[in-house]
Amino acid sequence: MLSVALLIWWLLPLYNMLLIALDPEGDTEFTGVIWPADPTLKAFAGVFLESYWYLKDFWLQFGNSSFIGAMTMTFTALISSLGSFALGRMWRGKAGAISTSVLLLYTVPVYFLVIPFYLLMHNYGLNDTLWAVIAANVTFAVPYALLILQWYGRLIPIELDDAARIDGATPIQVYLRIYLPLMAPALAVVGIFAFLTAWNEYLYQFILLSSPGNKTVAITLATFFDNEDTPWNYPVAASLIYALLPVALFFAIRRCVATGLVSGKR
Amino acid sequence: MSMQQVLAAGRVRLTPHRPPAWRRRLHGSELAWAIAFTMPYIGVLLAFAIFPIAYGLWMASDPALYVTLFSSDEYIEALISTALYVGIGANASVFFALLLSGFFMRRGWWVKVMLVLSMLPWALPAQTAFISFHWMMIYWGFLNSLLEVFGIAGPDWLGDYWLALGANIVAYTWKTMPLWTLIFLAGRMAIPQDLYDAAEVDGATGLRRFVHLVIPLMANLYLVCTLLATIWMLGDYNTPDMVSGGAPLGSTAVLATVGVEFLLDAGRPDLGVAAVVAALPVLIPAGILLIRRLQTREVQL
Repeated sequence: MLSVALLIWWLLPLYNMLLIALDPEGDTEFTGVIWPADPTLKAFAGVFLESYWYLKDFWLQFGNSSFIGAMTMTFTALISSLGSFALGRMWRGKAGAISTSVLLLYTVPVYFLVIPFYLLMHNYGLNDTLWAVIAANVTFAVPYALLILQWYGRLIPIELDDAARIDGATPIQVYLRIYLPLMAPALAVVGIFAFLTAWNEYLYQFILLSSPGNKTVAITLATFFDNEDTPWNYPVAASLIYALLPVALFFAIRRCVATGLVSGKR
Repeated sequence: MSMQQVLAAGRVRLTPHRPPAWRRRLHGSELAWAIAFTMPYIGVLLAFAIFPIAYGLWMASDPALYVTLFSSDEYIEALISTALYVGIGANASVFFALLLSGFFMRRGWWVKVMLVLSMLPWALPAQTAFISFHWMMIYWGFLNSLLEVFGIAGPDWLGDYWLALGANIVAYTWKTMPLWTLIFLAGRMAIPQDLYDAAEVDGATGLRRFVHLVIPLMANLYLVCTLLATIWMLGDYNTPDMVSGGAPLGSTAVLATVGVEFLLDAGRPDLGVAAVVAALPVLIPAGILLIRRLQTREVQL
């Protein structure tokens, strides 16, 4: 019973999207139907084959979005895990307080830093490159990732590090052989968090990327929504396809999250 | 002590041992390693964060901006809506996520499938998800068509202040709950099975186990998540902009949507930044509390 209620909660908005995507005209949202009368995969085919003119570069844009997502995930996980290891397990003291105090800077919503960020990227000569967006995503995701990692890091007994050090391991060996494996579930959470931050983000991509070859799916979807007369089935079908990659990613590292070997428990 | 012994000891001793202060001083190559490990983090901060943040605050530093803001009824209305939106929304999403994470602790393939399904809202692009919510909740939308099947005449969801605000909160909760669920799930998995077993011996199962074991152990994490949710939700622009669109009559607009309007539409970026900087009296205490919570040594296990 609970499962059914939860399924309805998760899937009802998705079903509504599917209803629109399967409609030949893409205007079911105004007709009050609850079942697709004349379902067609036309919109999905339009996305896959890039046949609708708005979507002619869909796969290129999908590649750009994936690159931004993957790089954001990699750099966020790398920088925050190194940082949390040094602050939480090597200094073990006040340095942690200083690092988390940095978070205060980030209480200003990132939306409002887009104009200064644009100027900064202009100075660095990074405007209109995917790296500018990656830099923005990593900058705003790392402090939170570090925080999550430090929090989980507390659950791993520090004696493990000490024992390894006594056996002659260097800090980098402790990091690679003890810290990273034990932190795997937390790293998976942080990785998904970083990836989805990049995947859901739109404003920075819109402001920082201008040339057609650098456009992303999020920018294209927004173009659809800005035009009142476009059929809705295409952008909705594109969004559903766009959502498949994070779902696949989540599925791939689910095992990592689910094994839960924090605190030395296997 | 061998690694195995230490591992075993880690299971038994539940309060992590903290070394005395003198051991925290690092020397020589230790210090070099620690600095090398922290450098990427510091580098990102210096290269990409300091300037935009300082510039943003400088843009909003003129007191006249706040006089303009606080003399506008629209802005005061947005402050009230923001307080309600964030106050209810942040708490609701974190609270339900805590309950939901318990559901995912159950065994069985069915639960695993559900876990993947539950991540779908988070994986969908925000724009599409929220526009879908909007279409669902307009008067002739899918939700009312569905209610009609059961013979219920649905209300005009986005025509009433409280319903429209509720729609925003529900949509935001729907979209962001997976993150909190995942964090709580990882936290629950860190609770040693021994504690559950001990609780069961003492007769604590179901609700009593939740109240006497899970809540005390997760309290700190719960507070941290609530604070994070509050900080993020205060900056949330997508939901109020796309789900209710400010309807009815701009009354459900929040600080972020009013701010972005100044920023991009009215050509007044300084007012836009100031609109949100005015929320700092809430954000900074939340930030400080968050940091203090993270420093607490009474670790859960």
